[in-house]
Amino acid sequence: MPAQVITITSGKGGVGKTTAVANIAVALASEGAKVVCIDGDIGLRNLDVILGLENRIVYDIVDVIEGRCRLRQAMIRDKKLPELYLIPAAQTRDKNAVSPSDMNRLIKDLRNDFDFVLIDSPAGIERGFKNAIAPADRVLVVTNPEISAVRDADRVIGILEAEEKGPGALIINRLNPALVKNHDMLSAEDVLDLLAVELIGIVPEDENVIIGSNRGAPVAFDPKSRAGQAFRNIAKRLRGEKVPFLDLDNTGGFWQRLQRLAGRK
Amino acid sequence: MGFFDRLFGKKNSADSAKERLQLVLIHDRTDLTPAELDSLKDDLIATISRHVEIDAQAMHIGMEHDGRSQRLVADIPLKAAARRRRAKRSK
Repeated sequence: MPAQVITITSGKGGVGKTTAVANIAVALASEGAKVVCIDGDIGLRNLDVILGLENRIVYDIVDVIEGRCRLRQAMIRDKKLPELYLIPAAQTRDKNAVSPSDMNRLIKDLRNDFDFVLIDSPAGIERGFKNAIAPADRVLVVTNPEISAVRDADRVIGILEAEEKGPGALIINRLNPALVKNHDMLSAEDVLDLLAVELIGIVPEDENVIIGSNRGAPVAFDPKSRAGQAFRNIAKRLRGEKVPFLDLDNTGGFWQRLQRLAGRK
Repeated sequence: MGFFDRLFGKKNSADSAKERLQLVLIHDRTDLTPAELDSLKDDLIATISRHVEIDAQAMHIGMEHDGRSQRLVADIPLKAAARRRRAKRSK
């Protein structure tokens, strides 16, 4: 079966696109899928450091497109997962070095050898974004439960509809259950109500994400991390499994809190 | 949000965010600024009142959303013809 090509985008920068790509890729490959992820952020590459593969880069995506190397030579195999590959972005070029038709050609060559092709889109709605969505079968839009991120996600969803890429599926990243409970953060329901699109994952704020990126080991490797669990669930949903959303209300009821205070739990 | 904010009836911040977003998204999706929307409303009222008499007090024009599509919803009560005729005669 040819690969599913999934682009992860957001509009706003800094909401966790690259983290989402790295973690979903790790989660899919851990379950035995053949995965290649492509860093579409030319000039500002980061997927390599998040995956811990920055020291292995020889060739990049622009080298492939301009014919300086073969596709296989630019593919870096992950240290732990033999079925996970990265095609890094060029760091010294800009987004105009690649066109949407270049991307379509590149992805066509990968489709038959993989189960999933994940494309990390740059922020914004310009050339790099257009390149990233051109070959996509499916687009995931990452947002945070925060006013500017939701607004930008809405713009991107509108553009995806206009370009006939479907409305996209939403990942709500960095949700803080305590703030939501205190009515100081938009809840997942609020965000869904505003954006009116399909939900594919809710990822709680988790300090392990930063620890993981410091080490170049995405949290999806960490069986105890709640964010890691949320990303593993997204991977399962992409494979067509029905997985319930995490119950993030971990503060529990009054009695649980009292018991915890009393040191009984 | 603190206890005192709530005590003094200050709206919680998530609700403000949601309300502000609802308005911003309407304008982003329709590419209409609030001023343009107001002038559209004025034009609509002027056009309709050229043909029938309307009850300006009870009228409501606003944007609603149904999923991702926006609609302009106008509820414009018309003054009854009989009442209008009587009003004219008594003048």
